[in-house]
Amino acid sequence: MHIAEGFLPPVQAGLWFAVSAPFVVHGAREVVRISREKPEARLLLGAVGAFTFVLSAIKLPSVTGSSSHPTGTGAGAVLFKPPVMAFLGLVVLLFQSLLLAHGGLTTLGANVFSMAIVGPWAGYAVYRLCQSVRLPQMVGVFFAMAVANLTTYVVTSLQLAIAHPDPVGGFGAAAAKFLGIFALTQIPLALAEGVLGVLLFRGLVAIADPELRLLGFLRAPVSQEPANV
Amino acid sequence: MSESTVQKKNSLGVTLALLAALVLLFAIPMLIAPEAPEGEEAFGGTDAAATEQLEEDGYEPWFSPVFEPGSGEIESGLFALQAALGAGVLGYAIGHYSARRRNVTEPAPDPAEPRADG
Repeated sequence: MHIAEGFLPPVQAGLWFAVSAPFVVHGAREVVRISREKPEARLLLGAVGAFTFVLSAIKLPSVTGSSSHPTGTGAGAVLFKPPVMAFLGLVVLLFQSLLLAHGGLTTLGANVFSMAIVGPWAGYAVYRLCQSVRLPQMVGVFFAMAVANLTTYVVTSLQLAIAHPDPVGGFGAAAAKFLGIFALTQIPLALAEGVLGVLLFRGLVAIADPELRLLGFLRAPVSQEPANV
Repeated sequence: MSESTVQKKNSLGVTLALLAALVLLFAIPMLIAPEAPEGEEAFGGTDAAATEQLEEDGYEPWFSPVFEPGSGEIESGLFALQAALGAGVLGYAIGHYSARRRNVTEPAPDPAEPRADG
């Protein structure tokens, strides 16, 4: 989903920055607010950021004979709500564009929009939807992770199609072309990310119960009695 | 067998099944993926494929990366560094929580509490 440096026309690159900036600023403030109001959850916030950091570094093979990488943004969106991911995703994308020549500074706005804004929000929406129809919570986690991953790549395809419409078929043909490159490859990866997300949350439920209650992932309130009464 | 032991066994079973599913989700694609055309690398990245497509269509990027890793080896090293940093923080968090849970389930005797036999 990284649009390479210089591959969006300057005006569009600027527009994507303008669109993404408010989300990132809001996300940064949310990160500060959560760290201040729920200091117990700080480590968990670091953990979901780290999760995205790891996953977006790993390129995995897929059915199409291409490889691509997961995004890992669904976990933070489910636990802390999507805004924080706009900021955490920016950190990841900045690291990659500065040190790895992966993505770019001019395309940072567009890449933040797909991976750190639309992906997390779509994943969170699907999670809430699963909750509202009373599906098991882990099913919701699975779809949140998978959908956050997949929508990121769909948005990238559309961004590229807007920037580079097909000379004959226009936007539609270009979108089909880029979706052809990204979407099919991404499906097994999205499913794998869903499974990994379930593993992560199962682990967290087992060891970080008080934090998950604090964040509202688990329902009942935190028990206030000391453990040894 | 007590109920909680059965539950623990089931939970372990689910975890193992999930891990197996994860492995299969990568093993099967690698087996059924079409072979790369002559002279092309198998399992090339999709990001690069999109860029190549645009360059083939005649687009020239107007800005180049400020820093480029000198070779594929250096690049994969930096990717490994990124993964290592992330995994380090994630591992620290998981280790912290799991050690805390152990301490909660096996509470140390509280020195402030008056002893019954005192």
